[in-house]
Amino acid sequence: MDEEYDCIVLGTGLKECILSGMLSVSGKKVLHVDRNKYYGGESASICPLEELFSKFAAAPPDESYGRGRDWNVDLIPKFLMANGSLVKLLIHTGVTRYLEFKSVEGSYVYKGGKIAKVPVDQKEALASDLMGVFEKRRFRNFLVYVQDFQADDPKTWKDFDPNTQNMQALYEKYSLDKNTQDFTGHALALHRDDSYLNRPAIETVNRIKLYSESLARYGKSPYLYPMYGLGELPQGFARLSAIYGGTYMLDKPIDEIVLGEGGRVVGVRSGNEIAKCKQVYCDPTYVPDKVHKKGKVIRCICLLDHPIANTKDALSTQIIIPQKQVGRSSDIYVSVVSYTHQVAAKGWFIAMVSTTVETDNPEVEIKPGLDLLGTIRQKFVSVSDYFEPTDDGLQSQIFISQSYDATTHFETTCLDVLDIFKRGTGEEFDFSKIKHELGDEEQ
Amino acid sequence: MLAAVLTSFRQSVIFVCYHFRLLCIKLVLHRKTIYEKAFLCGRKAIGTLVIRDLTRKITSKLFLVNKIMATNRTGAAQRPNGATQGKICQFKLVLLGESAVGKSSLVLRFVKGQFHEYQESTIGAAFLTQTICLDDTTVKFEIWDTAGQERYHSLAPMYYRGAQAAIVVYDITNQDTFGRAKTWVKELQRQASPTIVIALAGNKQDLANKRMVEYEEAQTYADENGLLFMETSAKTAMNVNDIFLAIAKKLPKNEQTSGQGGSAQGRRLAEGDAGAKAPGNCCK
Repeated sequence: MDEEYDCIVLGTGLKECILSGMLSVSGKKVLHVDRNKYYGGESASICPLEELFSKFAAAPPDESYGRGRDWNVDLIPKFLMANGSLVKLLIHTGVTRYLEFKSVEGSYVYKGGKIAKVPVDQKEALASDLMGVFEKRRFRNFLVYVQDFQADDPKTWKDFDPNTQNMQALYEKYSLDKNTQDFTGHALALHRDDSYLNRPAIETVNRIKLYSESLARYGKSPYLYPMYGLGELPQGFARLSAIYGGTYMLDKPIDEIVLGEGGRVVGVRSGNEIAKCKQVYCDPTYVPDKVHKKGKVIRCICLLDHPIANTKDALSTQIIIPQKQVGRSSDIYVSVVSYTHQVAAKGWFIAMVSTTVETDNPEVEIKPGLDLLGTIRQKFVSVSDYFEPTDDGLQSQIFISQSYDATTHFETTCLDVLDIFKRGTGEEFDFSKIKHELGDEEQ
Repeated sequence: MLAAVLTSFRQSVIFVCYHFRLLCIKLVLHRKTIYEKAFLCGRKAIGTLVIRDLTRKITSKLFLVNKIMATNRTGAAQRPNGATQGKICQFKLVLLGESAVGKSSLVLRFVKGQFHEYQESTIGAAFLTQTICLDDTTVKFEIWDTAGQERYHSLAPMYYRGAQAAIVVYDITNQDTFGRAKTWVKELQRQASPTIVIALAGNKQDLANKRMVEYEEAQTYADENGLLFMETSAKTAMNVNDIFLAIAKKLPKNEQTSGQGGSAQGRRLAEGDAGAKAPGNCCK
């Protein structure tokens, strides 16, 4: 460990692993350390099942749960948008070769105590029972507008400037009612709250486009989920980093981040060893004095021995409960994966209900989500703080990622990573750097 | 009688080939020093050009010999013009072993027929593929190198995941690496699929005069644990193709196991996948 590195990355969560991979690919000498003896930190998938039970101090699982080794339970639920930034990162870096994915079977939205399939194209819109007859026609027109919309071609804007006018105005232009606005904004554009209504419409239009382009890629739903759980993602990027020369050390406690002149980082100490470096990249848990709490996220892992009602027995699905439907100001998300993804024993389902905490009694807040699940065999609730760095890291050269938020996809994760990379290296990540080399490598 | 003559003839051909190869390797190595000398003298002598031409010819011969040997090894059942019409089976093969025992060198020798005396610690290519023809079956190995992650016990579970074959490598001149190899075998038995085919490779056989691990000791250990075992040399190519071939033979080749990269499980993502979507999902 007593060596000199360009960058030391602390923690092997997904964000840190992507960063480590990008830095190694860019020619930096990287040391990547985790205090745990497993990869993934908070973004790990817990295996075997016994470990999950003991983590939450529950009595060990009985035989009905099958082999414990067959389980890989995520602590943070998320899906990949098939055409989103994480998939682009995976493909461009070649990490996709280490992974296999399955399309999530359905995407649902909650309305008036029931769930309905999220309509995305004109045909589905007309068949959907989310809207009345006249509303369907209006929604269809709106979808056509979004589909034809090209950000760089004002002709497709149809007398509406999406850069200056807000989303509320666009809804009004198409006379969409509150209900339609609700599922469009939350289940298609995947906004977490209603603040988007007052922001320029272009943001939401692009999000809806991302949704429908993602859907077009593999069908059924716009979401993908990796076999063996989300914990495979950090491992894949860690491998990328290692292939490009990154050094990996697990099970290595970090005792101090050593600062030098002007509060600039000069190294990292573990016991008596000091590794020198010019920069540190880490998750909030390694620098508690350099982050502040911005909120809380509640996540409830539910083990089920049956699929969710009204989802056509889908083996994987996402249900979004828009805030207004249950009198909240942030959405509740339900994600379901199952044995088909090799994350549970045969016949088992893992549902995760999560949301941003708004009250002192978060468990009550997620009740509408839990109520959709039917009989829950086992439930594990965790409330975690959401941290943000107190500064941009340019002074100290310590770049800190944000905690994982309540969103059900990785778009914000990637934005954070790309932003940190830019701050740390002063440049955007150059995807061309890696593609060339991959060409050589393939036989 | 005829068969015996043929066999002995084949063996002698192999013998001749092998020694011719060694000679070539020496010449190739020699070439390098000639170049260096010429460079040092600053002489652009015509002589070296001739030599370069000569060595190039030899190298191409070397390549041919390599091929001949490979076909010889793949067994008599294969026809020279053997159109491989049979099925293709793909397997994930992982390499394990202490740092610097020659894991990458073995792969490089097997996949590209190359050997570098001072192979750097694994950087860059850690995902190679190579195919072997076995009777009517084409076996495609998807070979995973550790990328150095074994060094501080930081190999990810993903590495073992779905691996159908493993080569555990040790260095015959270093007893410790043999001990580590045993640990890796245990690790595989614990973490990997119960049906995994494991081969033990005692590498650096060319340094047999510095041997610290006896052949018999390793063979006994391998027998006790149901492992394939060979002593190999990435440097001289000894047993390199053979060990992969032995693994290929031992792997089950029914449909179920060959679905590694396929759609039986999940899907691999690729660029421009949009075109690959199932027509049934297209509702335009």
